[in-house]
Amino acid sequence: MKVLVAVKRVVDYNVKIRVKPDHSDVDLTNVKMAMNPFCEIAVEEAVRLKEKGVATEIVAVTIGPKAAQEQLRTALALGADRAIHIQTDEKAESLAVAKLLAKVVEQEQPGLTILGKQAIDTDNNQTGQMLAALTGLPQGTFASEVVIENDKMHVTREIDGGLQTIELTLPAIVTTDLRLNEPRYAKLPDIMKAKKKPMDVTTPAELGVEMASKVTLLKVESPAERKGGIKVGSVDELIDKLKNEAKVL
Amino acid sequence: MSLLVLAEHHDGQLSGATAHVVAAAQAIQQHSGGDVDLLVAGEHVAAVAEAAAKLDGVNRVRVADHAAYAHQLAEPMGALLAELAGDYSYLLAGASTTGKNVMPRVAALKDVSQISEIIEVDSADTFKRPIYAGNAIATVQSADPLKVLTVRSTGFDAVGSLQDQGGSAAIEAVDVVVDNAQSTFIKEALAQSDRPELAGAKIVVSGGRGMGNGENFKLLDGIADKLGAAIGASRAAVDAGFVPNDMQVGQTGKIVAPELYIAVGISGAIQHLAGMKDSKVIVAINKDEEAPIFQVADYGLVGDLFEILPELEQKL
Ligand SMILES: Cc1cc2nc3c(=O)[nH]c(=O)nc-3n(C[C@H](O)[C@H](O)[C@H](O)COP(=O)(O)OP(=O)(O)OC[C@H]3O[C@@H](n4cnc5c(N)ncnc54)[C@H](O)[C@@H]3O)c2cc1C
Repeated sequence: MKVLVAVKRVVDYNVKIRVKPDHSDVDLTNVKMAMNPFCEIAVEEAVRLKEKGVATEIVAVTIGPKAAQEQLRTALALGADRAIHIQTDEKAESLAVAKLLAKVVEQEQPGLTILGKQAIDTDNNQTGQMLAALTGLPQGTFASEVVIENDKMHVTREIDGGLQTIELTLPAIVTTDLRLNEPRYAKLPDIMKAKKKPMDVTTPAELGVEMASKVTLLKVESPAERKGGIKVGSVDELIDKLKNEAKVL
Repeated sequence: MSLLVLAEHHDGQLSGATAHVVAAAQAIQQHSGGDVDLLVAGEHVAAVAEAAAKLDGVNRVRVADHAAYAHQLAEPMGALLAELAGDYSYLLAGASTTGKNVMPRVAALKDVSQISEIIEVDSADTFKRPIYAGNAIATVQSADPLKVLTVRSTGFDAVGSLQDQGGSAAIEAVDVVVDNAQSTFIKEALAQSDRPELAGAKIVVSGGRGMGNGENFKLLDGIADKLGAAIGASRAAVDAGFVPNDMQVGQTGKIVAPELYIAVGISGAIQHLAGMKDSKVIVAINKDEEAPIFQVADYGLVGDLFEILPELEQKL
């Protein structure tokens, strides 16, 4: 079975982002970029499926600027066999990304497509579900366990009340949650080998997908800052403050 | 310009989050006009529909009561909402795991964008939403003819309920039934607790990696009992298996904004802060006086949680 994994280049999760002075967007100049953590979990899951003999080939895909090839190389170093870069400098909104990925699914016909449940920049949590809708495939979102047997897949999902297990027909779309696995780090020899693995470059225009979105970003602001409080010296003082100053007890 | 809100329910009970989503719908309605309808989809949901009909400002409750919608799987729910969407200019759901699962699917079926987790309504087409773990707030405008939105509950005060005063909205059956051969419900393992729900609790006590193990979370039980609080956790505590995933507070877990949030043995990573920094009062208990959690805490107590917690429980 072929597995398609979508990865996104985002700001590193340790970076505390700043808003541009003109409020047009966040400022990403000279900020450390990395693979979205949920996409790392997606790549890891694909690699484990290959190690178990369930997956036969792993194709990694990204949509983004030239620099996003770094994240594809990381996916290749982690175990993907080949990569597809859909190159664009335009801001790719979830629906456009899902349309592009739907084209790739149509061309590649994967048995399973794995994406992260959300990207930690826009925090949208949409693309996997949209891809499932556009391809007419079932979806197993927020997965903490994926078990494939014959033509069926069991996905255990992290839901608000606990865990839910569903069975999906294949092909299907899965989005990863934090507990699905713990991603490995790429080893140096694999990073070297990854440089020689094949990478196709295409564009939204070549795939016939319009990137323009009906949603406009009007402005970006910093949230209201919390004022730092005080340190209390004892449990008694804490209880006193909560009762008499904050009045929350 | 009517609005349809997807009602959230579990075990035959309307969930409290729905009243917050209706409030968001009303905030839009002030600009757009039109009616606010509710959709209750599921199996054996008559009681849910009745509770929903009593929410303030609801025009009518549409009920799709059929085995196909049991467990609200994404495929049939998406198809149902896409079918009903023609009557509406707005589709709204809470930013719960159900809303997040279903709504983007509907949006794509209708070839429109989704705006996730709105926290404020500026006008009929302009909304505010947090991005980058809440470290920035984006104002976005949608020109889509159908606006698909998920709503962050903490951004909107719940509408009231008429309870038993009568005067409730009309309840109408929806007879759309969709086939679904693609997904099947197998089982659910739901947390059992007598405590309030994390999302709606007035007080939340959360433990982090500093708790050391799952057994030690019992130290929070007595305090939570005395305060009528819900118990939450950091990702590190969930990943380590101390507590189940439904307790995770943060950017990628649950968003809470209680009157009082007590963080115990939690360092205060941005991903955790994203889920609790809108709390009214924050207390941090941590042995490291440099821990970033103290930068957002109204009251910080530096010390060993294993000494502080028993004393706190006793003195409350
Ligand atoms: C993609 C992604 C998503 C994430 N989503 C979330 C999320 O939704 N929610 C979330 O919480 N995190 C999330 N994280 C993880 C986050 O980055 C932090 O790793 C996590 O919040 C740390 O948890 P912690 O504070 O419990 O652990 P630590 O950072 O290890 O802190 C433990 C604290 O306990 C204190 N301590 C230890 N022993 C004691 C003692 N005896 N008495 C008092 N204090 C003590 C220590 O001083 C320390 O400050 C996410 C990370 C990524 C990459």
